[in-house]
Amino acid sequence: MGYTPELLELIKRVEKTRPQRVARKKAGEEFPALTLDERKVRLEKYHPDYRAGALRELKVGPSKGYSVAQEIADQFEAKSRIDPDRIDLNEVHYETDVLVIGGGGAGTAAALMAEEAGAKVIIATKLRHGDANTMMAEGGIQAATKSWKDSPYFHYLDVMGGGHFENDPLLVKTMVLEAPKVIGWLENLGCMFNKWPDGKMFTLHGAGTCRKRMHYAGDMTGAEIMRTLRDEARNRIKNIGVLEFAPAVELLLDEKGSCSGAVLYNLETEEYFLVKAKSVIMATGGSGRLHMQNFMTTNHYGATGDGLAIGYRMGIRVRFLHATQYHPTGAVFPEQAEGLLITEKVRGAGANLVNIDGEQFVFEREPRDIESSSIIRECEKIGKGIPVPGQKGKFGVWLDSPMIDLLEGAGTVEREFPAKFILFKRYGIDISQLPMLIYPTLHYQNGGLEYKPDCSTEIPGFFVAGEVGGGVHGANRLMGNSLLDISVFGRLAGQSAGTFAKDRGEIGALSVEHVRKYHRELEAEGVQTDRVSPMVLPDYTSPEVKKRQWTTNYVGSLR
Amino acid sequence: MSAVTQQLMETDDLSIRTDLIPIFIMGKKYDVPSTLTIQKALEYAGYQLIRGCGCRGGICGACATVYRLPGSAKINVGLACQTVVLPNMYLTMIPFFPANRAVYDLDELEPDAQTILKYYPELAKCMGCNTCTKSCPMEIPVMEYISAALRGDIEKAAEISMSCVMCGICAARCPAELGQYNIGIMCRRITGKHIKPRADHVWEMIDRINSGRYETGLNELINSDVQKLRRLYVERQTEPHTGHEEWTPDNNSNL
Repeated sequence: MGYTPELLELIKRVEKTRPQRVARKKAGEEFPALTLDERKVRLEKYHPDYRAGALRELKVGPSKGYSVAQEIADQFEAKSRIDPDRIDLNEVHYETDVLVIGGGGAGTAAALMAEEAGAKVIIATKLRHGDANTMMAEGGIQAATKSWKDSPYFHYLDVMGGGHFENDPLLVKTMVLEAPKVIGWLENLGCMFNKWPDGKMFTLHGAGTCRKRMHYAGDMTGAEIMRTLRDEARNRIKNIGVLEFAPAVELLLDEKGSCSGAVLYNLETEEYFLVKAKSVIMATGGSGRLHMQNFMTTNHYGATGDGLAIGYRMGIRVRFLHATQYHPTGAVFPEQAEGLLITEKVRGAGANLVNIDGEQFVFEREPRDIESSSIIRECEKIGKGIPVPGQKGKFGVWLDSPMIDLLEGAGTVEREFPAKFILFKRYGIDISQLPMLIYPTLHYQNGGLEYKPDCSTEIPGFFVAGEVGGGVHGANRLMGNSLLDISVFGRLAGQSAGTFAKDRGEIGALSVEHVRKYHRELEAEGVQTDRVSPMVLPDYTSPEVKKRQWTTNYVGSLR
Repeated sequence: MSAVTQQLMETDDLSIRTDLIPIFIMGKKYDVPSTLTIQKALEYAGYQLIRGCGCRGGICGACATVYRLPGSAKINVGLACQTVVLPNMYLTMIPFFPANRAVYDLDELEPDAQTILKYYPELAKCMGCNTCTKSCPMEIPVMEYISAALRGDIEKAAEISMSCVMCGICAARCPAELGQYNIGIMCRRITGKHIKPRADHVWEMIDRINSGRYETGLNELINSDVQKLRRLYVERQTEPHTGHEEWTPDNNSNL
């Protein structure tokens, strides 16, 4: 366990340059950041989105002609899991005011607010309640809460700059204005943010921020938020029901074209169920488990873009799906930790990125896409990456975490990053003494379904919140804005959907005509495929096993 | 993407996997590569996981696992996504545990021992055997936070239990039938809400926002062209990395 002798030898070069790098930082000298023009060049040359064949033009659906990641196009250009001619729409199994699809942070926040608006709520979720990317978010949540040095105005500028000024301005305005309210709301729910004795919250820089506005709870901010929201939802069991292991596989409309529920699939009993609802909130999160361009991912097991696929099929346009976020610092060693996220807070706290010679090659707080592109450049073009032991042709760079203890005092790494500290300790690596070997890893779906600041969409009764939506982050999200996104828009979606449900009259006859129409369009455009979507779960079955599964029938990736 | 490439991605190059070792999944033998985690070994063996798999990163608590090694009676614990397989390990996952969970209204709770005992009377049955601590995959001294809760030191209980992933192994092993992790989160929420001082700056900012103070500035940004936005973005002053909490920018505009 621990680093190989070869790696330990290489680490000596990092240790050799460390004192000077620490001294420079203490003197307030930073590695020069790229200008906006230099950023553009770096992206176009080295970011995976710009690789030939990364994107494909959509042949069908409301955003026909728009180019998205191949793997997402595969999900869109696929048939439904249900046969619209075989489904009995008169047999409804659950009825509720608000159906929330997805039991992560956005969905749970939405459920709480819908309940406060007087609605009966059902959360349908694919895995357990809370098994979601929210749980894995480590670094923090951005909000301009310190009025003597920060305001929503500067937060707005940071968000737009990070997203290359392409973000939906009204969504950004909503997010930055709601941000401090979300922090207050979470504090009221008992979230334990790190605080000074007087109650003032700790805040740090993230990449691309001009003010320290990252609020956090150790290095498990997402987990703290998620388990708090889940706990609160469980306290409201009278009005919030949760159906676990029951992913939605299709949406239902009524004859007037309003969204009116969904078809759920019980993963354990393999039954389908119909839920009739006055409003529906889509909060299924991202799609890292589609493994764009075969990248490893930080995402949880269920991140297969289900909501994208069924929302698109129902007629919701998508945007910014041409941009996938690669987190600069995914672990590449030891193998058991591969793909695992090393929070950006490590860089926020001052750790440099250095190459095989111990040289710094990029400012450590560039926005994520720039940082990732720079690491890929260092390994592929400059050739100063560190070979990953036992994995031919794979390289990484060092994330010099021991700098943090030198900058902030011994014990800082262990105190500020307890989860990662324990994890690496298990593998025999003390990250307060030794750097971590990292490489960019597939992390976030920047784009998604189109929605408005109140989370409503083109289809009445259908609301969108969180990573499944697109627009607020433009083509590149900044650290700390995803926990913010899911909290802000989760809450707003809950309020909007709750109000909508209250005002909605009778639901008309249920319909899956949109599925028939979509199937016809696939045929008309000559898309011949046996693909089905949503994917629901990734398929990691070994080919050897598959060869021996003589009678197993796979529908997509599911047995 | 073909299943083959996916498999390669998750478990790396199969061609170098000559190092198979036997493990016993619920008593049944499978040969798996020695560098895999238990989770990936289950998939390698042919399981398609539905329960017992969440974040795959050691934080969601979905994949609690217990195992025993030959020649020992000791029951070891771990998260399947974090624990590397060992030769001849006997393992089973505990993907769910039906521990008691109280329903409560956080606003009405008093931060004292009586509150915890009222909702979790079984707390008093703790016999101090320390099995919970020994069975925590996050290495939390579980019994210490249970004792703190019993003493009424809710804040201490909250701090000690902070990195709990609520996997449930402690509860599964507890002879007094406590649901430690549910007691832990109750203590943390009481601490966050009722014990730690409020962050006044947050509520001041909310008042400022509600007064409409930032509307004009934000609307100007919304109506700016990209040229102007880029200029404002480049010109914005950055708070120094090593600056103090009380740092203020050179000018007050748009604050």
